[in-house]
Amino acid sequence: MVYLTRKAEFSASHVYHNPELSPEENRRVFGKCNNPNGHGHNYMLEVTVKGEVDQTSGFVVDLKQLKEVMHREVLDAMDHRFLNKEVPEFLHQIPTTENIAIVVWNRLVTKLKNATLHRVRVYETSDLFVDFYGEL
Amino acid sequence: MKAHLSRRYRFSASHRLHSEAMSAADNQATYGKCNNPYGHGHNYVLEVTVSGQVDEKTGMVCNLADLDGFTEQEVLSRYGHENLNTLKEFASEVPTTENLCIKIYEIVHRKFPGVHLERVRLEETMMNSFEYTGGGAPRF
Repeated sequence: MVYLTRKAEFSASHVYHNPELSPEENRRVFGKCNNPNGHGHNYMLEVTVKGEVDQTSGFVVDLKQLKEVMHREVLDAMDHRFLNKEVPEFLHQIPTTENIAIVVWNRLVTKLKNATLHRVRVYETSDLFVDFYGEL
Repeated sequence: MKAHLSRRYRFSASHRLHSEAMSAADNQATYGKCNNPYGHGHNYVLEVTVSGQVDEKTGMVCNLADLDGFTEQEVLSRYGHENLNTLKEFASEVPTTENLCIKIYEIVHRKFPGVHLERVRLEETMMNSFEYTGGGAPRF
């Protein structure tokens, strides 16, 4: 089994706000991430797939296909977007780094050919990142 | 859904690698320049990984402000700008980065509630780092 990781960067804005909580509660739970007009990050995405090395090609996965799927499913949808308003999954779900990792996983997992998705890692900053392995 | 959240922190400290159980020559042979008598320092990078269910109400595994506050109070202020050899936990143990990594794991594991501690990773320099998972297998 070999693991292959492909990185991609996207920039987006978001706000943390739960309409079921009072303004005071939102402020207390989310702090400055609750500032009403949002704020942004340069996100770094790492997608790790695993598989056996194909004897003919020597590849674990067709990197070109992986790159295309990442672009189509994730970057085209999220890069230079306001996540809360422009990404359907976040209309009713807070776009925390945890939820972004889960959404990226769900968007990729059925689209990859001949490779198994192992991990989605999303860096919100260089000092904060989330890993999702598809665990319930 | 279960996710893993990792947060990186920085602190600077000094240490000297020297074991009372060994002769001066053996200390020198084992630890090399890390055994120099007056010690030396590093800018450590600490990476704490916790895991748990993503809370539906907050979208979070744990509140980052809580983790930051805890780490500042219990780890960074304890070790930052200290000579590790002078601290009581290293009175009879060599303050290698392996041992420091285990100490930090034990502090977070014992005192930070509500999430599972997956791993503590400690970078001594950009070139070497250490991980402790509490005896469990490390997760790639």
